[in-house]
Amino acid sequence: MTELLTSIAGTGFMDWWDGFWSTYNTVIFSLGVNAMLALSIYVTLSCGLLSLANAAFMGIGAYAASLISMQTGLPFPVALAAGGALPALVALIIGIPTLRLSGVYLAMATLGFGEVVRVVVLNMDITGGPLGLNGIPLKTEWWHIVLLLALTLYILARMRRSKIGRAFEAIKEDEVAARLMGVNVAGYKLLAFVIGAAIAGVAGGLNAHYTFTIGPGNYAFENAVEILTMAVFGGTGSLVGPTLGGMILTLLPEALRDFNSYRAVVNGLILVLVILYLPKGIWDPRRIRGWANTFSRRKTQAGGSN
Amino acid sequence: MLEQQLINALSLGSVYALFALGFTLVFGVLGVINLSHGAIFMLGSYAALLLVEHLALPLWLAMLAAMLASGLIGLAVDYLVLRPLRARNAPHLAPMIATIGVATILTSLAQGLFGAENKRFPVGTIPEESYNWGNLHLTAVQIGIVVISFILMLVLLAVMRRTQLGRALRAIAESPKAAYLLGINVEGLFYLTSFAAAALGGAAGVLVGLSFNAITPFMGQPMLHKGIAVIILGGMGDIRGAMIAGLFLGFAEVLTVAYISSDFRDAVGFGLLFLILLVKPSGMFGKVLERKA
Amino acid sequence: MLQLKNISKNFGGLQVLQDVNFNVPQGGIFGLIGPNGAGKTTVFNLITGLLRASGGAIEFDGQDIGKVAAHKITERGIARTFQNIRVFKEMTLLENVVVGMHDHMDYGFGSVLLNLGGYRRIEAQARERALELLSWLRLDHKAQMLADSLSYGEQRKLEFARALATKPKLLLLDEPVAGMNPAEKTELMEEILNIKQRGFSIFMIEHDMRFVMGLCDRIAVLNFGRIIAEGSPDEIKNNQEVIEAYLGKEDSE
Repeated sequence: MTELLTSIAGTGFMDWWDGFWSTYNTVIFSLGVNAMLALSIYVTLSCGLLSLANAAFMGIGAYAASLISMQTGLPFPVALAAGGALPALVALIIGIPTLRLSGVYLAMATLGFGEVVRVVVLNMDITGGPLGLNGIPLKTEWWHIVLLLALTLYILARMRRSKIGRAFEAIKEDEVAARLMGVNVAGYKLLAFVIGAAIAGVAGGLNAHYTFTIGPGNYAFENAVEILTMAVFGGTGSLVGPTLGGMILTLLPEALRDFNSYRAVVNGLILVLVILYLPKGIWDPRRIRGWANTFSRRKTQAGGSN
Repeated sequence: MLEQQLINALSLGSVYALFALGFTLVFGVLGVINLSHGAIFMLGSYAALLLVEHLALPLWLAMLAAMLASGLIGLAVDYLVLRPLRARNAPHLAPMIATIGVATILTSLAQGLFGAENKRFPVGTIPEESYNWGNLHLTAVQIGIVVISFILMLVLLAVMRRTQLGRALRAIAESPKAAYLLGINVEGLFYLTSFAAAALGGAAGVLVGLSFNAITPFMGQPMLHKGIAVIILGGMGDIRGAMIAGLFLGFAEVLTVAYISSDFRDAVGFGLLFLILLVKPSGMFGKVLERKA
Repeated sequence: MLQLKNISKNFGGLQVLQDVNFNVPQGGIFGLIGPNGAGKTTVFNLITGLLRASGGAIEFDGQDIGKVAAHKITERGIARTFQNIRVFKEMTLLENVVVGMHDHMDYGFGSVLLNLGGYRRIEAQARERALELLSWLRLDHKAQMLADSLSYGEQRKLEFARALATKPKLLLLDEPVAGMNPAEKTELMEEILNIKQRGFSIFMIEHDMRFVMGLCDRIAVLNFGRIIAEGSPDEIKNNQEVIEAYLGKEDSE
């Protein structure tokens, strides 16, 4: 800590900041992007669906946005909008036949979907084949990410408080009962799936425009597992959970050196341990409320016993 | 030419069927999609490799031992991960997510222990003979694969249809609670099923390892994808369906590679999956009745 | 009000229902009884669109509802409770009941996003109505508690409240007193009578003969998938075939 302060004092704050930023800007951007990705899978989890295609959707969004930036003169917002729209469309196509069935089918259909996208992308010229796309203009600024993350959180928060959020939760709890109470289960599942795809796609577009290069290997199954881990770890009881989970699991590799070789094991371990022992994730609103109540009760008792 | 392709397809399809069998067995009896089945398949392959390399076991013994090893791993996964989830009636996504975690752990462990490169069986392990019959060219390995797969599948079918054990398993598949009330040792049979399914998966792993002579930690993933396509095609929980659908997928892939393009081979499974979900989600033979508690 | 005409249902080779004919009249309480496995819940599943009949027709208010999808059945005015209680455990009582109002809450996505007046007003009204329905069943003081924390009997009442929220004309109750002690049963009997007095028609499946006889205006008896009798409680009580169906079952055990 003293070294940090000394170095800041020594070279001047602005110099230190420039140094810090040039090294860590991708990490900071990733905080926002990963939070969005975790939220994208949270939307589907919140109605009891498991989508393992969100990495693929991220990829589709990344490619779409990048190609628009690179091949047309259209401005960044248009590229990002395309990055959200194309995955949403694909989600609609996959979702319509699969979502009228039990949610298990979606999980399995999306498991293989990432592979299909990878194969398609690998074999298309326009996507650069195995080498991917290079030289994507660096258009992403920090405020883009903050804005879009905030927008995502806002939209999801408003949805939660409406009949849409209630329908999701009812479906997650008991599909049959929900259906017989008038909830169009298939329709709402489709909505969740498509919204999740759009968010993942926009995140992909943002990500592509600061990583400069993308390839089919970035959006593989391991990435889908990572996104899932972020949401499950953070907790799917509220919006804070996935956001927090995404950010923590972005920072963790930075804090621990040599992490990358163990990254996959840690993800796997987190998934298993959380599901077994902490099923609601680390941010569980009910558990936290419980602590808060116990804490305030103890304080009152302490005060009263005087 | 077509007949030759059919031979290749038969060999490929048999392995797919064998793999899918274990997968569908766990779904049918435990009601769970065990997504670590692919990783166990991969570990079976490594197990055989190690036994041959380090203990110089003959191939047939290595295969049996590898099946045992895989079975034990599958049992461990059930005991450590699936059992606690059963005990507290966890939502149906929980075992899926947890087994994804297990698969990830097992795959990384394999990568850490054995490295990511392709490994091959020691020279001389794999029988080199081949036979020519008219225009057809069959290798000993292919014959072995088809024969062994079919033997294992038929044994499983026989057990399921003609033994007391099989009846008990089918009772559990329909309703664990009812089976329990009938005095069936449901939990014990869950362990047995996990063991057997994993052993079958491991066997498939050994056969694939021999067939392509390229063993990597990542070979489980694509196999899992195909396994999923096969069990949905054949009807989830339906053993005979898994067998037929596995063969079908083998044929579909080989024909795609031969007549369309080899690039899209891995996408064939997904394509079929999607098609079946559109047209007849219960699978070619499945009558997916609602599983009672 | 609700007419089953020559309904039959088979699963694979198993004939579960055959030649089922009866009318559920408007207002009043109609009961469907019969030994276990007679096919009673299947009848409910057919009416509510969870299953499709193999033959025959189901008419509600003069309209054929045989092909109506399950999530549209509340639109027609039919709501249902379940034998094994299916409340949304991790939602509060209030939220559970508000889900029942889902279809009647007409606001669009835009209204939700911008927190517009329409959305706010409809949500507020829904909550008020939900609270009112909970008060009918004397559960309003627990409105903010999780459904999981309720006793069995209370959860059953919550299911009623939720079903009532869908503004049904006909309420289908599937074994409403299953698993209850006599005190709980008496209380529930009162609740059901209250609901009837508020103008809802009720169609109930039950096992408990005393409960059914005490409550229903008309009763139909199902045995092995066929209707063997229909009439007033007194008629049913004295019907030879019905007595045999129940006693006969006991003899063979």
